[in-house]
Amino acid sequence: MSTLTAPTARPADAPVPPPAAEPSRSLVGRAREWVADVGVLTFRNLVHVRREPAQLSDATIQPVLFTLLFVYIFGSAMHIAGGGSYKMFAIGGLVTMNLTTASMGTAVGMSSDVATGMMNRFRTLPMSRSAILAGRTISDLLAAALCGTIVLLTGLAIGWRPDHGLVGVVEGMAVALLFAYALSWFTACLGLLVGDPESAQGVGLVILFPLAFLSTCFVPAAGLPTVPRIIAEWNPVSAVAGSCRELFGNPNPAALSDVWPAQHPVLMAVLSSLAILAICVPLASRLLRKATTD
Amino acid sequence: MTERPMIEAAGLHKRYGETKAVDGVSLAVPRGTILGVLGPNGAGKTTTVRMLTTMTAPDAGSVHVAGIDVVADPRAARRRIGVTGQDATLDELLTGRQNLQMIGRLSRLSKAAAAARADQLLDEFDLTYAADRLAKGYSGGMRRRLDLAASLVSRPEVLFLDEPTTGLDPTSRLRMWDVIRALVAEGTTLLLTTQYLDEADELADAISVIDHGRVIAHGTARELKAMVGGEQLELTLSEPSGAAAGALSALVTSDITTSDDGRTLRAAVTPGAGKATAIIRALDEAGIAVDDVQFHHPSLDDVFFALTGAPAEAPTPSDTELTEVA
Ligand SMILES: Nc1ncnc2c1ncn2[C@@H]1O[C@H](COP(=O)(O)OP(=O)(O)O)[C@@H](O)[C@H]1O
Ligand SMILES: [Mg+2]
Repeated sequence: MSTLTAPTARPADAPVPPPAAEPSRSLVGRAREWVADVGVLTFRNLVHVRREPAQLSDATIQPVLFTLLFVYIFGSAMHIAGGGSYKMFAIGGLVTMNLTTASMGTAVGMSSDVATGMMNRFRTLPMSRSAILAGRTISDLLAAALCGTIVLLTGLAIGWRPDHGLVGVVEGMAVALLFAYALSWFTACLGLLVGDPESAQGVGLVILFPLAFLSTCFVPAAGLPTVPRIIAEWNPVSAVAGSCRELFGNPNPAALSDVWPAQHPVLMAVLSSLAILAICVPLASRLLRKATTD
Repeated sequence: MTERPMIEAAGLHKRYGETKAVDGVSLAVPRGTILGVLGPNGAGKTTTVRMLTTMTAPDAGSVHVAGIDVVADPRAARRRIGVTGQDATLDELLTGRQNLQMIGRLSRLSKAAAAARADQLLDEFDLTYAADRLAKGYSGGMRRRLDLAASLVSRPEVLFLDEPTTGLDPTSRLRMWDVIRALVAEGTTLLLTTQYLDEADELADAISVIDHGRVIAHGTARELKAMVGGEQLELTLSEPSGAAAGALSALVTSDITTSDDGRTLRAAVTPGAGKATAIIRALDEAGIAVDDVQFHHPSLDDVFFALTGAPAEAPTPSDTELTEVA
């Protein structure tokens, strides 16, 4: 096949104009740009939560429903070793369980951005790539804080009382939110691996529900058969639930057990969160790089 | 000394498993011109655009955009380019205005500058009336315009449009053409891919025809048409006839191609007085009945036919006359 030559260039003696915005060269300037990108994306994700009925109900209606169902259905049949009412025992577990399952939202959000082509748009912009993950996990952390607060308010409305007052509640929530934040990075990896929101939701459910239910969120470990009991005793989710109970000043029957995580719930919860972050932050960044260069 | 082209690619290769999606594409686009990359579905157009715009790394070959080595410094390249992909990349849950403002902020415009730029683009693209509606409610033409507007937020010098009018109705398509012409009039350098021969003919200063990941021809629309040579003859026979080609061979200047049903013959001819009479007489003497004889100036369709031996796969969205709407 013959190839013809290109037409002659239009004469153009104008020099190359400067690009729209020069990149910052200083570390401070780059950090400021990164923070700005994260802020823009966090805001955008929160607008999504408000406009997507499913996401909004996950953060608002679901925690109310779960709290009422568990307290009134389980609570009527449950006896707590070491004394105390089920209601007092349950709230720490319900905060933990709601935040654990809500962390799936990050998988759905990341995979939606891949599936809808938004990730394609982002990657043609001179923005920071890591801001995509930071913005997503931060907006999900804020949604988790809302979700946890609603559990606590529902609890207060039906008679739950934290003996350690506001400081204890804030400390307990901080441990639970740290754990939820770590799980968000884990499900961000899932979302990037799966790449479409429906499958991400499915895979997340299969992993997070057993994790939440094979724990001491709803029942003390002591009453469980051997295998589930051992799993529940070592499950970091139990440590988070135990931390909440202990810090809130609510009955924590796990304290009667002599396994290490039951004796040191806060340490166990914080260490497992940090371990998850140490693995999943670099992994998610690598997966995102892969998803945005090929 | 001529200026360095704004888009310059040499020896691009990309394979996906066994598929050679792009198999040695080179191209150059001078400042302020439009290159049309024309090819059927699966030719490698999108893969080429993705390599030119930092979205995927080539297996081999080099890309320079505005003098920047795209493979070595993708971030710097992203500051100079705008890209509108084949599939819209809009945030469905944001309004049109919020979409543009977000892109502006992520392109490092200040809040005020991003807001002003969004308003300006909404106005230029006739989207002001829908600015505060969610993008998920936009029609196909509106989405394409918003998507293109999003690529223009940072006033890129070099713009890549991957099949900007595929799937649009004729009115939206003409509107998009106007937008593209206006952009180039402002000095933007543009590479656009298309499956539509009339689109390349209409918009592009130069055309690269690609097929199976290779550039099979390059030139202006006029140069490409000249390759086909002369006037195009298209004959429709009443019945398929094996003898028709033989009877015609002395009267035409190219190989004769016959359609699948054997009734339509195409070839280049030198125009001249009595040409149609001579053709019909020759066929009549061979005992072949003719339903229709047409001569036309070669179109890019003929070019594609001549280059690949197959008609361009995708028909234009409307073969009838497109009417301009006010
Ligand atoms: N990500 C991918 N994975 C596997 N094959 C691909 C991928 N992208 C493109 N291809 C293949 O490469 C070829 C060229 O595709 P593409 O560049 O999309 O063509 P066009 O845009 O001209 O229709 C096609 O055969 C297509 O199936
Ligand atoms: Mg394509």
